[in-house]
Amino acid sequence: MARDAERDGIFEVMETAVRELLTDKGLIAATDIRRQIEVLDSRSPALGAAVVARAWTDPAFKQRLLENGRMACEELGITFYDDTQLIVLENTNEVHNLVVCTLCSCYPRPVLGLPPDWYKLKPYRARAVYEPRQLLAEFGTVIPDDVEIRVSDSTAMVRFLILPQRPAGIDDLTTDQLAALVTRDAMIGVVRDLVPSGAVM
Amino acid sequence: MQTLSKVVHADREDPVFEPGDRVQIDDRQPIGHYRVPTYMRGKPATVIAAIRPTMVDNEAESFGRNAGSRRHYYRVFVPMTELWSDYRGTDNDGLYIEIFETWLKRAEP
Repeated sequence: MARDAERDGIFEVMETAVRELLTDKGLIAATDIRRQIEVLDSRSPALGAAVVARAWTDPAFKQRLLENGRMACEELGITFYDDTQLIVLENTNEVHNLVVCTLCSCYPRPVLGLPPDWYKLKPYRARAVYEPRQLLAEFGTVIPDDVEIRVSDSTAMVRFLILPQRPAGIDDLTTDQLAALVTRDAMIGVVRDLVPSGAVM
Repeated sequence: MQTLSKVVHADREDPVFEPGDRVQIDDRQPIGHYRVPTYMRGKPATVIAAIRPTMVDNEAESFGRNAGSRRHYYRVFVPMTELWSDYRGTDNDGLYIEIFETWLKRAEP
């Protein structure tokens, strides 16, 4: 055990111990874990991007999405297997939103899949609530002083998805083509401006 | 939506706080699983919205107790400049967070 702990780290060993205990007691089966991994693997930023593109092209859907994010996503077949609620935050000319979980790694997994590693690390978690403008600048995102920053710290039962602003001058794109422009980082809020594909930055 | 007026609500079905209410987040240091980050404890805040539906108190649930624990979470707001005396940003920047009803008290007027 001591050698395992050295090799795997204490949390991996604890996870294995708890999992084996639950399995031995018949509370969960190995296939339940495999099945849950399958659920997680089926979630990715492509789902969130499809939600955003739909909101850009369907004003009634956008209104429902901003009123109740979970119910609107469920309309599209996205289930909330972790029983979290979803609040969708709209970026505007006046407001930029940023999402963090200072306590751990709460993340809208049903619509975005697994979080990036930096999202789970302490520097991001601490700096997002203390110096968001300086943190965003390190992501290459400079927020003008006349734009208000709203940092949402997810702590419990609510998750956040950001509805980025639709890039200008792309009126002829289909919903699928629009979805291809929407990035994970923009839906977390570390990126503000989406760039139409083919455009030169 | 038009609602029917004769429906009587049970205790705790309706939020205690409304948008715009001034509240105080408790400054407690309990041992165990608690979902209020220390940097928010003891801070005055403004209620933005009550989050529906009511939810189980996941702090109690983590100890296997959840009967009767359903209440509201509230989305509350604190200006960054009130959180951090040396905040480097603008006066409009704010921190938004969900706090369970058991951690909120109405602020003294």
